[in-house]
Amino acid sequence: MLLLSPLLIPLVASLLSTFVSGLARQAVNLFSSGLLFASACTLLLQVADHGRQSLALGAWPLPYAIEFVADGLSAIMILLVALVSLAVSIYQIGWKESPEHSGLYSLQHALIAASMAVLLAADLFNLYVWFELMLVALLGLLTLGGGWRHNEAAFKYFTLSMLGTLLMLASVGLIHGSTGQLNFDALAQVSRDPSLGPALTVYIGMLLAALLLKVGAFPLFAWLPASYHTLPAPLLALVGGLLTKISIYVLFRLTGQVFDIGMLREALGWLAVVTMVSGVLGAAYHWDLRRILAFHIVSQIGYLLLGLALASPAGGAATGFFLLHNILVKTNLFLIAGLMWASMGHYDLRKGGGLYPAKPLLAALFLLSAFSLVGVPPSSGFWGKFLLLQETFAQERFVWGGIALATGLLTLYSMSKIWQECFWKVHPGTLSPLSPPKTAYVAVITLSVVILFIGLYPDPVINYLQEHTTDFWRDNS
Amino acid sequence: MNLVLIIAVSLSVSAGVWLLLSRDNFRILVGLAILGSAVNLIIFLGGRPGTLIPPVISMDAEILAQGAASPLPQALVLTAIVIGFALLCFGLVLGARLSRAHGHADVTRQHASEPLAGSSDDPYKPKVMD
Repeated sequence: MLLLSPLLIPLVASLLSTFVSGLARQAVNLFSSGLLFASACTLLLQVADHGRQSLALGAWPLPYAIEFVADGLSAIMILLVALVSLAVSIYQIGWKESPEHSGLYSLQHALIAASMAVLLAADLFNLYVWFELMLVALLGLLTLGGGWRHNEAAFKYFTLSMLGTLLMLASVGLIHGSTGQLNFDALAQVSRDPSLGPALTVYIGMLLAALLLKVGAFPLFAWLPASYHTLPAPLLALVGGLLTKISIYVLFRLTGQVFDIGMLREALGWLAVVTMVSGVLGAAYHWDLRRILAFHIVSQIGYLLLGLALASPAGGAATGFFLLHNILVKTNLFLIAGLMWASMGHYDLRKGGGLYPAKPLLAALFLLSAFSLVGVPPSSGFWGKFLLLQETFAQERFVWGGIALATGLLTLYSMSKIWQECFWKVHPGTLSPLSPPKTAYVAVITLSVVILFIGLYPDPVINYLQEHTTDFWRDNS
Repeated sequence: MNLVLIIAVSLSVSAGVWLLLSRDNFRILVGLAILGSAVNLIIFLGGRPGTLIPPVISMDAEILAQGAASPLPQALVLTAIVIGFALLCFGLVLGARLSRAHGHADVTRQHASEPLAGSSDDPYKPKVMD
């Protein structure tokens, strides 16, 4: 039951939110996020003590039952999703960007439930179903605004995501057709059977392509900066911080444990560096704070894909660390962007300014997260990039490593652009007299403390990940 | 049977991709619907279509008879159809609202979420050019 609690708690909260209104709905939101965080902590402790937890649903023996599994990697991912969801719930108390829609919390918790289920699923078809539910919940959230731009953003997101899920479904059907299995453990054994021939590689390639569309890799990332920025600030933080990273987690598990992607690794590596560069260039020439950060999601996805392309146990631990750091930093930056908007009255950098003298605390919080995203030592991003590049150069992939370093410089450029335009420059008009709610600062400071802690004491996290990703890419080492 | 299915799949995939490349909201949606049907047929292909042995385990056996139809892909197709149908309905409503708001269904002329360069809220123009 503990294993399913990260899925059941938000699901119940999603249902409950439709029955209550006003303050009670806010209370459900906060209480369920708190409960979710507590259950995620318990699950992590249990996995750390007793190892992998698994639950087979349906009265069939494995591998035919529908299996949910929490191992070291999924447990820590669940903890992070719960932490981010708690921070966003705290941030939402008193956040008034647009009139609150009655379906908001219901869809938000449905999205969290679906993300948790994706992290727990150990079955290809189950994975596909929860991916679809993530898509449904996010489409609902995108259209809640009700304006033209919301509907347009939802349509763009719908078209490309639907294409991705159809590709995913087709590849799941083909993989099942040729191996007869859907369960991850069973597939890990069956798919290495040489008698299946090269067709299976094509099907796995299709699955990878579908997931690459979902993570926002080059060249199919256009949906991401086209849709995310229409969401209100707390939702943008939740969606921008989590969704693409959850798809990366799925890629991580599938390429590391389940399938042997063989020669596709080389292609993945080149795709990773092109994604890195195109994302950061998009960020460099935009002026809207949200769209700059949305392009940075794409760029950071490139680093994560690079870690997967390295396909070694050391690369696995590095990717895991980068993934955790990225979820925290990205969410925090989007939350800070919301606070900056509340003070400046605008997301457009050209029309903003004057925040440094007016809001020194906000400036400090932004600097911490921005430096972490860039990878300035001793921030969490530094350790993530350090581990990743160490492994890249150890494998003598000098071009990939060089491009990753150059991308870091361009990230610094676009972060200093935000700093200069929003914090240093004198505001062209007057700063908004409204002060953002204190609770929003509580959420941002909590996440910042975690980021700072991981940056100063990375050892426990790195050791944990090294211990729990030892069976990733076993065959390659 | 397999040959018929394969021809059906390739025809619907080509029709779906052709419609998806169009610039009209509704053609894109119809393209996705056709592509969805093609994908369902692909899964269906994995269930040994054409066999006349039903997927029922007889009393004296533990496993399915050799060459019997596989019931799992049919269950998967059913789930996929339900999800696909719900999403398609949502997409059609979205498309209808968009084309009504704009007065046309041309996606290349819908720029509310991503303003073009040169418009009043140009997203790219540097400050020095003001």
